[in-house]
Amino acid sequence: MRRETRRAGVFTRRALAVLAGQTAVLGLLSARLYQVQVTEGRRYATRARQNSISLRMIAPVRGRILDRGGVVLAGNKQAWRALLIAEQSHDIDRTLDRFSRIVPLDARARARIRRDVAQNRRFIPVLVADFLTWDQMARIEAAAPRLPGIVIDVGQTRVYPFGPDFAHVVGYVAPPTPADVARDPALALPGMRVGRTGVERFRERDLQGQAGSVQLEVDAAGRVIRELARDGGVPGADVTLTLDAGLQRLAMRRLAGLSASAVVLDARDGAVLAMASTPSFDPGLFDTGVSEAQWKAWITDPMAPLIDKAAVGVYAPGSTFKPGVALAALSAGAITPTTTFFCPGYFQLGNRKFYCWKRGGHGTVDVHTALQQSCDVFFYHTALQVGMDRIAAMTHRLGLGVRLPLDLPLQARGLVPTPAWRRAHGHPWVLGDTALAGIGQGFVQVTPLQLATYVARVATGRAVAPHVAASIGGRVLPGGVASDWPLLDIPQPALKAVHDGLAAVVNTPLGTGWTVRLPPALGVRMAGKTGTAQVTGVSQAERLAGGFHSSQLPWKLRPNALFIAFAPVTAPRYATAVVVAHGNEGAEAAAPIARDLIVAALSRDPTVAQAAPGTKS
Amino acid sequence: MKARAEGRLLVALPFDVTAKLARLNWGFVLLVCLLAAVGYAALYSVDGGSPKPYAEAQAVRFAAGLVLMLGLALVDIRLIARLAWPAYGAALLLLAAVARFGHVGKGAERWIDVAGIALQPSELMKVALVLALAAWFRRASWERVGSPLFLIVPALAIAAPVALILKEPNLGTAVITLAIGGAMLLAAGVRLWLFALAIAPLPLVARIAYSHLHGYQKQRILTFLHPERDPLGAGYNIIQSKIALGSGGMWGQGYLHGTQGHLGFLPEKQTDFIFTTIGEEWGFVGALAVVALLLLIIVAAMLIALRCRHQFGRLLAFGVAVDFSLYVFVNLAMVMGVIPVGGVPLPLVSYGGSALIAVMGGFGLLLSVDVHRDVVFPRDLEDG
Repeated sequence: MRRETRRAGVFTRRALAVLAGQTAVLGLLSARLYQVQVTEGRRYATRARQNSISLRMIAPVRGRILDRGGVVLAGNKQAWRALLIAEQSHDIDRTLDRFSRIVPLDARARARIRRDVAQNRRFIPVLVADFLTWDQMARIEAAAPRLPGIVIDVGQTRVYPFGPDFAHVVGYVAPPTPADVARDPALALPGMRVGRTGVERFRERDLQGQAGSVQLEVDAAGRVIRELARDGGVPGADVTLTLDAGLQRLAMRRLAGLSASAVVLDARDGAVLAMASTPSFDPGLFDTGVSEAQWKAWITDPMAPLIDKAAVGVYAPGSTFKPGVALAALSAGAITPTTTFFCPGYFQLGNRKFYCWKRGGHGTVDVHTALQQSCDVFFYHTALQVGMDRIAAMTHRLGLGVRLPLDLPLQARGLVPTPAWRRAHGHPWVLGDTALAGIGQGFVQVTPLQLATYVARVATGRAVAPHVAASIGGRVLPGGVASDWPLLDIPQPALKAVHDGLAAVVNTPLGTGWTVRLPPALGVRMAGKTGTAQVTGVSQAERLAGGFHSSQLPWKLRPNALFIAFAPVTAPRYATAVVVAHGNEGAEAAAPIARDLIVAALSRDPTVAQAAPGTKS
Repeated sequence: MKARAEGRLLVALPFDVTAKLARLNWGFVLLVCLLAAVGYAALYSVDGGSPKPYAEAQAVRFAAGLVLMLGLALVDIRLIARLAWPAYGAALLLLAAVARFGHVGKGAERWIDVAGIALQPSELMKVALVLALAAWFRRASWERVGSPLFLIVPALAIAAPVALILKEPNLGTAVITLAIGGAMLLAAGVRLWLFALAIAPLPLVARIAYSHLHGYQKQRILTFLHPERDPLGAGYNIIQSKIALGSGGMWGQGYLHGTQGHLGFLPEKQTDFIFTTIGEEWGFVGALAVVALLLLIIVAAMLIALRCRHQFGRLLAFGVAVDFSLYVFVNLAMVMGVIPVGGVPLPLVSYGGSALIAVMGGFGLLLSVDVHRDVVFPRDLEDG
């Protein structure tokens, strides 16, 4: 019995303590209730019984996208529009009937409004009509008492002042889809846009900002009596790009009418100064909605205007691949700067003949001459000496056939093949494949952006990577100085031999790029390499017939024209790659464009102008 | 009352019904009906002054719950004690079953269909845990409870369902279940220093746990601290709830005169946020009266525990009282924006079947304790 008393006593004491605690908690909750209902409640207390409090959301202003000098590439423009707040309209259909006497609404628009009202909470404003004229707005305001629930709103629409010129890099925005809204309910606010491509998409989080809200006291008709509280939200951050608007527009002008792309990099840090792809499109059209006819026209155009050819287009590099092969061979010791091969105009491998572009042959050539005159036979030999694995390893390091750490949503990976890759696909790797890869043909596929990166890496010996954003909301992103990028660990003599060869391409009369040498007035020299890449095999019969000329082929079958360049030769600052699809000869179609871009970049550069004072004629 | 052999229980039952009904705690039944009436009135208002769809359906469920409660009240408490562990085992199996077969309802809460009724096994588990712990400790003396080895089984009995509920994942219910288990141990006489030992490292654990939370979970905590951060998402309910309560003021807008415009925003106005309707229409005074009624029920349940003369009944009644009070605390605190939004209903007032049946079942056990408060358990205090 004593034991029972003991445990009953403990239970009683502890149960009473718990009960006291429970009473205390309810007491504290009652105090809180008093605070919410009575003390703070006054803040919410409504004057008349019909009055109520409405929470209204404010869409944040989307951040702008600027070029390196602050030129607006994507901005916002004020636009008037009519919104419907469902909770304030007693009869939505009647309100819309009256509204459409001022601004006509077709059946499709009304169906959309009804769907939006059904999908959203009743206090979220739904878009009724966009892009109102001043006159329409005034008439709506005048009719306001008979249009309960309709409010006029000053919103923002996205504008792209340069239209198609920056469409691929900057990208475009479009109204959110139901899937977007499910992910982020704030996107349901009228005027919210989602970046679909380019920087608009990649920097969506920074550009979007956070929605704000206003607590309003409204009367039964939905008219605002006063504002109770306001949270301005957070406007989206401005994104400053590395692009130079002037250079980009020049590139777009020079590429006009072609299916082509051009990239200009700051070779020291990988900053993208221009990244052009033609033909282009007007990104502003996506904001308001693209018509079906327009969409069809874009999709069926053989020149693929919607595709960013600079980052997504893949092309055989042709002879522009040769500096990479030379570096692989020189670094590995497979050849030296003095190694020579004899070029009779073809190269015999087993029973197969590989031709040089020059039918008579180049005679005895070393690496310098081979680069200068783009001798194919020299590089067939070199490729076989060094082997495909080492060519692939070197060119991968130089940025070809690999994913670059690029700050854009889309890029193609391209391909520099390895024997292992070929075997994984169930085929043997044969020596002929190595020989063809030695002149950038066969399986090799690269993007213009990769080519520009490769030029910058060859020029500086550093693993620079291309990037288009310089700073976000004033916060500078890393990668803006050369020391951010590690050295590539390529022997200096190998780099020098290749630099000399590439300089000879442009600056010696026998070089394939002699016609695009820089005007002496600039006081600096450019190095470069031409490329003409077959898109279809040329049969031996055609060669022997002699009358073959690629400009007589149908457009789709003509070779791609390429040119890569950097300048100045001694202290590389600018790197460029130009690819003109089906443009025939690289020296004719691509090189002049690359030269103009380099000249423009140099003449816009104050440090270069200082380096060559008084050379101005 | 004389102790009977348990084998004769079912035969003896019909002759006892009148006597048992006379011993039934009708005052408590009245309090429960009063709370249900409050719920009916509030749902009637949410329905816009009509019994449909919520109020009527809830009344039918309450009637079923009432039958369950009174039926359980007449069951001999010793039979209940014998069924405690099987009940616990069944609840644990159900809980494990939802991990496999349950479907995801609102958010992460998991339900299982049993004969067409959507059941939340975690609700049943709380009552079953109380039963099991009461059964474990019913024979134990103060000295026996002091032995740490004796506490291994109850500790596991608490940990298993808590772990399963955590996996659902339902952090709120897991914490409530843990709290109920802890309260049971306290009442059973587990030494206070053991509690101190268990609670001391909590701040450190919380810190480590926070760093392991998912981004959205952190976001939810931050949103709770600053609801204005996310007025469209999780902060939305808190803001709207406060506005509705605040617009009620001291005396309220009047029954059926709440501004439906606001409440139309509250997606859970008939379930978790029913208290805001009460606060808005009946004012602080009316809401306080409801809080007082809830306190009365808790006090009445505790009194039943205190006047029971056997340890099993004491612990069972105590556990049911704690379970009910935790529902009330969490729901009220959530509605007033004191703790994050957690999806806990206000028992008997909120619309919903699962919680109602669980609470009424618990009250049935509580009333059985009271009816059989003087019975003698066989082999009591036979530890040693």
